[in-house]
Amino acid sequence: MNVALPKKHKKALRSRLWDQRYLFLLMIPGIIWVLIICYAPMTGLYMAFTNYRPSQNGYFYDLFNGKFVGFQWFDYFFKNDFAMIMRNTLATSVLTLLFSFPAPIILAVMLNELKSIRMKKFIQTASYLPYFISWVIASNIFLTFLAGNGLINDILLALGLTSERILFFQHGPYFWWIIAIANTWKGMGYNAIIYLSAISGIDEQLYEAAEIDGATRVKRIWHITLPTIRPTISILLILAIGGILSTGFEQQLLMGNNAILNYSDVLDTYAYRYGLAKGMYSYGTAVGLFKSIVSFILVMSANKITAKLNDSALF
Amino acid sequence: MTAIARKPVSNKIKEKRTAGEWALDIFKVLFLALVTIVTVYPFWNIFVISLNDATDAVRGGIYFWPRVFSLYSYQEILGRSAFQHSILVTLARTLIGTPLAVMATSMLAYPLSRKDLVGHKFWSLLFVFTMYFGGGQVPYYMVLKNLGLLDNFLVFIFPLIMNVYNMILIRSYIDSMPDSLFEAVRIDGGNDLVIFFRIVLPLAKPILMTVALFVAINQWNSWFDAYLYTSSQNLKPMQSILVEILNQYQTGATTSQQMSAGKTGATVTPDSIRMAATMVATIPIILVYPFIQKYFVKGIMLGAVKG
Repeated sequence: MNVALPKKHKKALRSRLWDQRYLFLLMIPGIIWVLIICYAPMTGLYMAFTNYRPSQNGYFYDLFNGKFVGFQWFDYFFKNDFAMIMRNTLATSVLTLLFSFPAPIILAVMLNELKSIRMKKFIQTASYLPYFISWVIASNIFLTFLAGNGLINDILLALGLTSERILFFQHGPYFWWIIAIANTWKGMGYNAIIYLSAISGIDEQLYEAAEIDGATRVKRIWHITLPTIRPTISILLILAIGGILSTGFEQQLLMGNNAILNYSDVLDTYAYRYGLAKGMYSYGTAVGLFKSIVSFILVMSANKITAKLNDSALF
Repeated sequence: MTAIARKPVSNKIKEKRTAGEWALDIFKVLFLALVTIVTVYPFWNIFVISLNDATDAVRGGIYFWPRVFSLYSYQEILGRSAFQHSILVTLARTLIGTPLAVMATSMLAYPLSRKDLVGHKFWSLLFVFTMYFGGGQVPYYMVLKNLGLLDNFLVFIFPLIMNVYNMILIRSYIDSMPDSLFEAVRIDGGNDLVIFFRIVLPLAKPILMTVALFVAINQWNSWFDAYLYTSSQNLKPMQSILVEILNQYQTGATTSQQMSAGKTGATVTPDSIRMAATMVATIPIILVYPFIQKYFVKGIMLGAVKG
């Protein structure tokens, strides 16, 4: 029986494959795409351990003809810019988290408190408009409003909060705040939808019962709304922490300038600037690989924790 | 049960309620007003500056309404042949890229929704893994280079024909369809292609619309791929032209701040023209907004359940 089983299975496999030939036909574009766009570049991670020099001899020739240098590029990164880049990355993402995490929760809860459905719809629709526009346009907005002669300075001057116009994009640490606020501005409405859909699942009778028991609206928020969305809150928080090294790319490139590069440069932009803009291919790949590995571990742990929390993780 | 007994209690509560509720209501109004202002006003401000006379706008101080109304900025920006061409590139990549992506993504989603697929776990993992790990920019660039995709219109299409997150959205939508639908076709002798084209695609229309929306917005907004993988002027999408104008503005602003006086704004595009260009890229999104937002909300909610 032990011998017969694999044989039988093999036969079944062949006929199953034949039965499913159309399914595999449908998968062909996807498989070609994933091999070329995702897996072929993964082989290129080997560059991080060599002295890669592009030539005319094809991708794999270049890849395996670079001199092997071991962890030299990683060493170089850790000894030089690592501290500064990590400081910028973490400062930006922690500040982003500080704003962008509570904002959609408050927005969703407040929208839920709104009686007028038309108002609710209008505000909600407005709130995710920034999500749809490109970072180019968002950066344009932030650069314009925060300019020396921009609206924010006009307001600060009119209110007497500052005596001279602030050059927001000339002070390094300000940049972390600007990116954090920009990230929040762009993503708040989007995340509020997730919370609103969790809130919409609350049984109306719970609120009514609480009202009869004399609970104030503040108490109802505290004892009904927030506890109901607590699983959603914890999942989104864990996922946000998992993505802590991915703190933006386009926004830094578009809004940053050379004067504050030591503050605006995060892991992704640094890897790009060295790897592609300056042509230090192997070094850029090494920095990228470092980020990928740490991110992978963080995201996987985050996913494991959320899976424990509610059994709905991706794997 | 105790209608009489409750009355004094609820009175007492009412007194207590007012203080807390006052605070809540004030906070609610302020917060929601703030959110609405910061999301709507910037677009309005850009709009009115774009409608203002370019030389007058330099004086600043245009907040709610154009001071000197003029359509000159739109004529100027739409009259530039580079900008006209960039609109065509953006339209081409959006209109060609979106249907191809929806097709390829759903063609993958259906087989992966079939639990009986040979090697189901392997295929799933093959795709899902790429959401969490990748080769990074340099190797990716080198692969594109060796495939001859640099400076090629296809670089806007092929990498974006698939997106694993979108595939999962479609797959979970197909998962929710009743098996009996497929069984009926199979009994009538229909193969998987028949099931896919006649049953799955028509029934999945809502999620396909959502995915089309995500892909189209992404195509419309992309500039970095053009910046990195193309150098030809003919392949510049609209957002790339906007980036150029924005960079001019930034260097103009920095130099004028540093030199305080001197020759400022020599090559700088006037504010109102920069705003007109921004509006040209934004207006189509705002126009289709009412139609797309219900699909958008649906897609996020579905994604939230899965993710």
